[in-house]
Amino acid sequence: MASGQKVALIDYGAGNLHSVENALRAVGADVVVTADTAVVASASRIVLPGVGSFKACIDGLTAIEGMAETLETRVFRDAVPFLGICVGMQLMAEYGLEHGTFEGLGWVSGSVKPLTASEDVKVPHMGWNTVEPVGAGSLIEPGEAYFLHSYAFESAQTPDSVRAVTDHGGPVVAAIQEGTALGVQFHPEKSQKYGLDLLSRFLEWKP
Amino acid sequence: MTVRVRVIPCLDVADGRVVKGVNFVDLKDAGDPVEQAQAYDAAGADELCFLDISATHEGRGTLLDMVRRTAKVCFMPLTVGGGVASVEDARALLLAGADKVAVNSAAVKRPELVADIAERMGSQCVVASVDARRTAPGQWEIFTHGGRKATGVDALQHARRLAELGAGELLVTSMDGDGTKAGYDLDLTRRIVDSVDIPVIASGGVGTLDHLVEGVSKGGASAVLAASIFHFGEYTISEAHQALGKAGFPVRTPVM
Repeated sequence: MASGQKVALIDYGAGNLHSVENALRAVGADVVVTADTAVVASASRIVLPGVGSFKACIDGLTAIEGMAETLETRVFRDAVPFLGICVGMQLMAEYGLEHGTFEGLGWVSGSVKPLTASEDVKVPHMGWNTVEPVGAGSLIEPGEAYFLHSYAFESAQTPDSVRAVTDHGGPVVAAIQEGTALGVQFHPEKSQKYGLDLLSRFLEWKP
Repeated sequence: MTVRVRVIPCLDVADGRVVKGVNFVDLKDAGDPVEQAQAYDAAGADELCFLDISATHEGRGTLLDMVRRTAKVCFMPLTVGGGVASVEDARALLLAGADKVAVNSAAVKRPELVADIAERMGSQCVVASVDARRTAPGQWEIFTHGGRKATGVDALQHARRLAELGAGELLVTSMDGDGTKAGYDLDLTRRIVDSVDIPVIASGGVGTLDHLVEGVSKGGASAVLAASIFHFGEYTISEAHQALGKAGFPVRTPVM
């Protein structure tokens, strides 16, 4: 159990904060829920949750003065481990195409596009599904996790940053990574043991 | 494999206490929602649903406290319904730790409530209830007040409308079947599944594992909800998963 890791859990008005906070605490993290860039600048781990629409989330994040810049500095200059969850992961993309086109943080090359419903494919993609790691050396292990989303990341370059996929009417990106920034489309905080184990590994992660 | 069929046990609560719930394990306090939720978490339930049947104004505070305590120790999706009448009600439940809120009678009176919540908090957190009774062959009507009060609203039209307004999924309950153990209303479930793109949870009337399987094979549901067959230990969550798996549907293998 990786107790003592100081995790900054970013509070930018994007809901489900407490679920993520509860899960991080359950695996021994010292969690600070914060909107303060100074706290983010001194934390040894950063978690960006997110539910709702891409636009609402990016607007909420950029409304905190200096937050996007602080995150980028900590992740890409200081190599601090970062975990984006659901829309928090999607914000790592260049663009989100949910009810318009909106700029994301631009950490990974690609955009977030709507899933397409068909007779056998219901949208939102809701429920437990396979997490199949792509390549080696990431924190993601094979298993089953809880997904809940109507939009998904699509990569725009090869080799891409995709670290795991799932299947919902075709391959759907389940995890991406760029440097020390890991993003997961599923909800580790709602994925029972599989999810808590991932959060544990994140606390121990030395990328 | 694709997205798994979800098995969802539902607990009835009133004033922050479970009134209809697990009695297949020794619980220190059978009325404690946290203990009940943990029992289902440990049993590998795919999600959990709390239905507040008191839904009184005074009961809201206790309900929120109960959700808060449950969310601290249960790491699976939690839906809470009963008496959600405004965006504020929904927000309070979500902030307390619910992942989704089920909206029922308030959305019969004012379907736009679904849109209001979806716009502010996202479609993913809105479960819209369709509580229906069969009134003629191939015809279903929405009922409120636990199935006692007719509304004159056509169930299929109402279901489509809720989906258009931005519901993330529909909880379809046959008020004819509820409590009868005679199985889901499969025609109703199938008709609604075929007319919306969002997932549908089948509910009302489960008495056997075959009923759960039929909910998916004949009803086309993405998830199956049941109460008493699990609470009284007639069947376990794992037996439900096995029955669905044997019938060829994708189910989860919970990691314990």
